Amino acid sequence: MSLLSIEDLVVRHGLLQAVRGVSFTVERGETLALVGANGAGKTTLLRAIAGAHQAASGRVQFDGADLSGVPSHERVRKGIALVPEGRRLFVQMTVEENLLLGRTAGRPGDWSVERVLETFPNLKSRRHAKAGHLSGGEQQATAIGRALMSNPDLLLLDEVSLGLSPLVVDRVYASLQGLISSGTTIILVEQDLNRALSVSDKVICMLEGRIALAGESKNVSRDEVTKAYFGLHRAGGVPA
Amino acid sequence: MMNQIVQGVLLGGYYALIACGLSFMFSVMRIINLAHGSLAVLSAFALWLLASRFHIPPFLGLLVVLPLMAVIGWALQRFLLERSARGGALLPILTTFGLAIVIDNVLFEQFGADTRSLAPFIGSLSYDSWEWPGSIYVGKLAVIIFIAAVLLLGGLQLFLTRTGLGRSIRATSEDPDTAGLVGVDARRANAVAAAIAMVTVGLAGAFLGMRATFDPYAGATQLLFAFEAAVIGGAGSLWGTLIGGIVLALAQTLGATVHPQGFLIGGHLAFLIVLFIRLYTSGLGLRGLLGLASGKAS
Repeated sequence: MSLLSIEDLVVRHGLLQAVRGVSFTVERGETLALVGANGAGKTTLLRAIAGAHQAASGRVQFDGADLSGVPSHERVRKGIALVPEGRRLFVQMTVEENLLLGRTAGRPGDWSVERVLETFPNLKSRRHAKAGHLSGGEQQATAIGRALMSNPDLLLLDEVSLGLSPLVVDRVYASLQGLISSGTTIILVEQDLNRALSVSDKVICMLEGRIALAGESKNVSRDEVTKAYFGLHRAGGVPA
Repeated sequence: MMNQIVQGVLLGGYYALIACGLSFMFSVMRIINLAHGSLAVLSAFALWLLASRFHIPPFLGLLVVLPLMAVIGWALQRFLLERSARGGALLPILTTFGLAIVIDNVLFEQFGADTRSLAPFIGSLSYDSWEWPGSIYVGKLAVIIFIAAVLLLGGLQLFLTRTGLGRSIRATSEDPDTAGLVGVDARRANAVAAAIAMVTVGLAGAFLGMRATFDPYAGATQLLFAFEAAVIGGAGSLWGTLIGGIVLALAQTLGATVHPQGFLIGGHLAFLIVLFIRLYTSGLGLRGLLGLASGKAS
């Protein structure tokens, strides 16, 4: 059974349909990269999986259970954690407090404040600093750490490289590589196509709320994805 | 003069106590609860009822009334404020204004216009005093109230910074959507915050009844004092609330020495002066501040 299965999902923002009938599955331990232009519906899709948006129709099934109507805090308890776009840290609270908040759901597991600080050594000296006073890279590490503190089965990463210098992005991805090889299931939204293809097992390219291309990352050429990205390609990839 | 300062500071403890729930609700839930004073008076009446009808002394009565206030706070948030907050930022203010009117008039219908006090039920505590050096007499009750205020503010501070539930409440006040995404039940956090605020109101109401008299329409005055103390101290800051309460009380005491009717005027003046200094130093001016307020409301 797939860890996550999405069937014909539609999400609306008012009158606008941001996600228009998307279906795919993610197996345990897989890394799925979501790519696509701005406004293609990637963020909305992740937020709908995390419960920040309710689906207008269609289904999200996680670990065999239907998530319709389940609020976001309950989904964290079931094992879904989102690192939101723009980090969305609690800026008036310290790094440690932000991390501890991630533990609210009370899921058992190995993640602790100490382990997050081991994983992101740049946070060690900033433990008691207000999150609002951190650099972009430190904020991103805190946001990822906060999500990991809930010991998720499925980690959703929304543009973790946004606004970071290339050097810091490398460092963030080096930390993520450890998570990926430890078997955490991950869906990530990434603008950098090369990076997206190199870290993932499967890739989905979205266009105007629909899946334009889906396939195994190693079998998809950069050219194919670029075409799908701009809408020059009709869904011809292997359905994921 | 020394005597007046001491009395003023002690009175400030009471104002801080009544202001802290108002300030707490505003900072955590962004709700200005205009029924705050009326709820304090409701608590005072509940204690009076227990004392006069069932001979339960007020300090013991708190064991019944404070949990009851917590339940009222919880229910208020779940069934009234949460719903009205969906209708925009102004609706909760109107809702609590209406609630104040309902509470005042229900109390009037039940208890009539008579002025009551809890003082007869606490023995000599209402007039006992200690003599401090320099022949300053401080009321025991006033000292107890001041200590209670400091303990309550300190306890709230510790609760908010050191406990998981406190952190959840702060996270919810900063960003309820993201709080949900990290696993915080924002509705529950707000309901707990409202329950806590009502417990502080219940305690303030008890001390109101012990140190003075009250009647069904006494809520508006208490709300005014609470509001002034909270604004002087900087709404949302717990220790600021204590300072605000003390400044308000000192200004009132000072006003009373200048003129027999200067008590309230002194307090209002201090409130207005602080308000205008804030407007001036914020660098925005009145128009800017109003713009800011309407921007926040949208």
